[in-house]
Amino acid sequence: MAYSEKVMDHFANPRNVGELPDANGIGEVGNSRCGDIMKMYIKVENNIIVDVSFKTFGCGAAIATSSMATELIKGKSVDDALKLTNKAVMEALDGLPPVKVHCSVLAEQAIKAALSDYYRRQGIDPEPIVGKIEEHDEHGEDSCH
Amino acid sequence: MKKIYADNAATTRLSKEALDAMMPYLTDYYGNPSSLYSLGVKSRQAVENARNIIAECLNADPKEIFFLSGGSEADNWAIKGAAHLSAKKGKKHIITSKFEHHAVLHTLDSLKKEGFEVTYLDVHENGIIRPEELENAIREDTALVTIMFANNEIGTIQPVKEIGEICKKHKVIFHTDAVQAVGAIPVDVKEIGCDLLSISAHKFHGPKGVGAIFMRKGLRLPNLIDGGAQESGRRAGTENIAGVVGMSVALKHSCEVMAERNARLEKMRDRLIDGLLKIDRSIINGDRVHRLPGNVNMCFHGLEGESLLLSLDLKGVSASSGSACTSGSLDPSHVLLAIGLPHEVAHGSLRLSFSDENTEEDIDYLLEIIPPIVTRLRSMSPLWEKIIKNS
Ligand SMILES: Cc1ncc(COP(=O)(O)O)c(C=O)c1O
Ligand code: FES
Repeated sequence: MAYSEKVMDHFANPRNVGELPDANGIGEVGNSRCGDIMKMYIKVENNIIVDVSFKTFGCGAAIATSSMATELIKGKSVDDALKLTNKAVMEALDGLPPVKVHCSVLAEQAIKAALSDYYRRQGIDPEPIVGKIEEHDEHGEDSCH
Repeated sequence: MKKIYADNAATTRLSKEALDAMMPYLTDYYGNPSSLYSLGVKSRQAVENARNIIAECLNADPKEIFFLSGGSEADNWAIKGAAHLSAKKGKKHIITSKFEHHAVLHTLDSLKKEGFEVTYLDVHENGIIRPEELENAIREDTALVTIMFANNEIGTIQPVKEIGEICKKHKVIFHTDAVQAVGAIPVDVKEIGCDLLSISAHKFHGPKGVGAIFMRKGLRLPNLIDGGAQESGRRAGTENIAGVVGMSVALKHSCEVMAERNARLEKMRDRLIDGLLKIDRSIINGDRVHRLPGNVNMCFHGLEGESLLLSLDLKGVSASSGSACTSGSLDPSHVLLAIGLPHEVAHGSLRLSFSDENTEEDIDYLLEIIPPIVTRLRSMSPLWEKIIKNS
């Protein structure tokens, strides 16, 4: 697989991996049938993402993009995190092979899913703010990538 | 760092003997075998000598061996040729198995577009077709049975001799893709009773881009490649002299060392399988007994194959996986789905395939590094978390 050194670094030494016990926003996207599930945990205090972690079942790019995405939003405001795009994640990793672009989309979606969960827990409807995201669908068929 | 090549089902290293035998035909003896002068005659002799050696290894007549570009071409010629030949007699039905190589399955797809009908035999949980199901599938208009000798992913060996008998009884042409079998296990075309058999040199330490087809005497398929009069006018193109020389030397060597090598490989294979099965929720894919001596194919629940391969690569190990993420396709391997694995399990597959170059030390190393890699990937997998919670 023609991965950049940065991708391999984040794959071999993923940052912020594992569960976050005191998370106040958890989002999960992807589907096991397709071979990829990303789960993001965020802890928000005063509108700042003070801590973040992830768990990923998926390819090397999926693990590396999750890791990079957590680094990019850690310490940022919720508003900044909402603006994170898959493109930014890819650029930070010095690019991805074309067949792996969807893995970075998954990382963007996972963060949005965690933020939605955070808003919901605050009693705020996330849809006008975060937009619609494809929720985790265990039985989804023919919808991979 | 230790380096282990464990992907010999994908391709093998060109052997030193094969390379040495090839060199003169890449340098000094460059004559065209069709030419009359002595430089051409030298090349002609090399090609015919290679044909004799290959025929002998397969218990065939040299006139039944035709050289070509590899396994894919052999499969294409055998299947399209037999189909078009039989179509003239109104026979347009073909029987195959669900887990053939794409060189067979995609060739059949293109024949279906021409109006041929294809029956796909089940390969069951153990990855082996059932002869009685083949016999039941044969019809008046069955033109061809094409079933592989040994599967390239899970290494299961098909009952080719019984298939041959059934085909003979019903007068149906029998082709077997023996790309994974030739050089790996004994292959005797008379014993199998096949009409067509595909061979590829790079699977047994020969060069890439060269192969052969066995075509039983009396069977004349329409040509796939038209042009010059090479290969008795059956397959055009100036011969790949160095290629066929390398193939013949590699095959001869493989057959000479086969018995001893396979006894060693089977022991290594079984030790590796037993060791990896100690990992929680791991499974072996395909029949344990009727499988190639060098093939190990496992699934580890809760992890994805590409990340497993990358982790192995970081430890110096080259292997392969049937996960969708490795191939860039949407679905995991059709072979693993054909033996009934659910998608999420098939994504977590690992194929390790060995040749005479591998050693017991390789197995020690693999048994040392694979369990912690599996543990690490599972520890970061939300799917594994669910599997554990639900059990
Ligand atoms: C079973 C089988 N058939 C056909 C092929 C194609 O052979 P080649 O690569 O020589 O075209 C392969 C190997 O790739 C194979 O494993
Ligand atoms: S998770 Fe399947 S390709 Fe990345």
